[in-house]
Amino acid sequence: MAIVSSLRSIGSRVINAVWRIGYASRFFMMTLLYSGLSFRRFRLTVREIFFSGVMSLIIILVAGMFVGMVLGLQGYETLKRYGSESALGSLVALSLVRELGPVLAALLFASRAGSAMTAEIGLMKATEQISAMEMMAVNPIARVVAPRFWAGVISMPLLAAMFSAMGVFGGYVVGVVLIGVDEGSFWSQMQGAVDFRHDVLNGVIKSFVFGVAVTVISLFEGYDAPPTAEGVSGATTRTVVQSSLAILMLDFMLTAFMFGE
Amino acid sequence: MSSEALVEIRDVNFAYDKRAILKGINMTFPKGKLIAVMGLSGCGKTTILRHIGGVLKPTKGYVKVDGQVIHDLDQEGLYRMRRKMGMLFQFGALFTDMTVFDNVAFQMREHTDLPEEIIRDLVMMKLHAVGLYGTQDLMPAELSGGMARRIALARTIALDPMLIMYDEPFAGLDPISLTVVGELIRRLNDALGATSIVVTHDVQESLKIVDYVYFVSDGAIIAEGSADEIRNSGESFVRQFVHGEMDGPIPFHYPGGNFNKDLGVRV
Amino acid sequence: MERTTLDLWVGMFVVGGLAALVILAFKVGNLSTYNVSQSYQLQANFSNIGGLKAQASIKSAGVLVGRVTGISLDTKQYEARVVMSIDSRYQFPKDTIGKILTSGLLGEQYIGLDPGGDTVMLKGGDEIKQTQSAVVLEDMIGKFLYNKAEGGK
Repeated sequence: MAIVSSLRSIGSRVINAVWRIGYASRFFMMTLLYSGLSFRRFRLTVREIFFSGVMSLIIILVAGMFVGMVLGLQGYETLKRYGSESALGSLVALSLVRELGPVLAALLFASRAGSAMTAEIGLMKATEQISAMEMMAVNPIARVVAPRFWAGVISMPLLAAMFSAMGVFGGYVVGVVLIGVDEGSFWSQMQGAVDFRHDVLNGVIKSFVFGVAVTVISLFEGYDAPPTAEGVSGATTRTVVQSSLAILMLDFMLTAFMFGE
Repeated sequence: MSSEALVEIRDVNFAYDKRAILKGINMTFPKGKLIAVMGLSGCGKTTILRHIGGVLKPTKGYVKVDGQVIHDLDQEGLYRMRRKMGMLFQFGALFTDMTVFDNVAFQMREHTDLPEEIIRDLVMMKLHAVGLYGTQDLMPAELSGGMARRIALARTIALDPMLIMYDEPFAGLDPISLTVVGELIRRLNDALGATSIVVTHDVQESLKIVDYVYFVSDGAIIAEGSADEIRNSGESFVRQFVHGEMDGPIPFHYPGGNFNKDLGVRV
Repeated sequence: MERTTLDLWVGMFVVGGLAALVILAFKVGNLSTYNVSQSYQLQANFSNIGGLKAQASIKSAGVLVGRVTGISLDTKQYEARVVMSIDSRYQFPKDTIGKILTSGLLGEQYIGLDPGGDTVMLKGGDEIKQTQSAVVLEDMIGKFLYNKAEGGK
């Protein structure tokens, strides 16, 4: 009997998960479909860029700076053993532009802006603001969800670029200013190694994809949250967990696709 | 009731999954009247409002608003119909990220191309109508419960709807706000020439203002009539409800089995 | 619709993000030395390319002149066929030799072009006839050991 009931509970979980994926996909399609308003009244989107993008700026810049500094320090220690300290610039820049910039910026964005989006929409639902909007003949997907989606998608690549640029600066401060790696070789090795199309643009594409994933997960979790305090807090946690997993999985797939032979 | 009906509900049945919520409801809401739908919490009152708003589809029967069957409309038709309706939600449901002004102006901005100066004047008129002119720059979090309800009322009537629905407008209000909101509901109904439906379990307050009452219990109408008829009703459930008696057809005890036996007491 | 401080912040955010992208493109990346507009294709067969990869650089006298755009196996001769995209500012004589070289002992591999003395220049789609394959470390060690064994007999 125990086996039957545990099988049954596994089965119902699987069905439930598939159900949610279907619902989430439909939600995503609706968001795209009702995106017209986000651009016709671009102010709505600008406002959300402020709340998700600008408000995440400080954490992104500070984190980027420190990650770059750590890379500079660790990279120097390792490269010194092979006598190739001059390659420090390319090591810092490549790891930031290809991987750390897009991935870490997206992880920070998910926990800073994504969770806030989930909580906000969840609470709007719990306090019947979404229903009120629907009763006022205003489509909440067009008015509330889509502007936030586009704001996230626009903000994410910009944040990732700022993270990487800040990281390179941090690596420069540690490597060149503090340790004393030759400045000329730092920059020239970096420019020799980092290809604009292959590395920088692919990094931008990555962060764009992460931006779509994080905002869709955040908005869906908020929209789907049970209208109670526990429901909203659970949804917020799920947003952070699922976005982080999605970012890392997508990163693996995109890396294999872009940089694999 | 003589005048023409704005909302007609005929033989409406509704079930969530297999749980029946509404069982053959018949209601008529004539134009210009203020009508209350009363009953206990969870008896299906709010479900009736949702049917009129076109949020839910009846499993059987139909709901007609302004001559059109609401659940046969497509999305566009439904939205066009909803622009002529206003709904006041239980706790106001003000948009917490906007000022009072933006809340009241919300529908005007979404649905009309009115220039900003005219919107400003209209918003001030609506705020004045609910007696809260001067609060336009506050955020909803800075309002008391009664004020928030009145602002929500101003937002509800922003586009002068032909039908105003109130979902528990008296819930959680102090006695003064209660009277104010009740009085406003009556006055706005008459001033706008609208039809109003008030879903409530606050008997005393609503009986003061309404023209007609439907009494719902367990998904069916058990009594209807004017305020006086309801007050003097012989129906035992209505009596218990109106006078707030502790015991009656609705028992004080949850049907939880034999309590004495549970304690092992022999009586 | 009036301007607000919020617009200013968002504007600064967008400008900052775009500036970061420009820095990544020109200061960190190689867009400043990139000439995307004009290039022509050359081909070459190598008996072994070692660890050469697409996007590897092509240098002549140490100057970057192009990039490897494609690598495939020519099944007629069972040799590696490498397609190169060369900056059209640079022309090379017909008898140019293509070599696969390694930057440093363990660095990445690139193609070096040694120009010959021919007066006829290579055109787009032409093939570099003379090539020198990559030095594969394992082969070299193998040869060395074999010679040792031979010599010791």
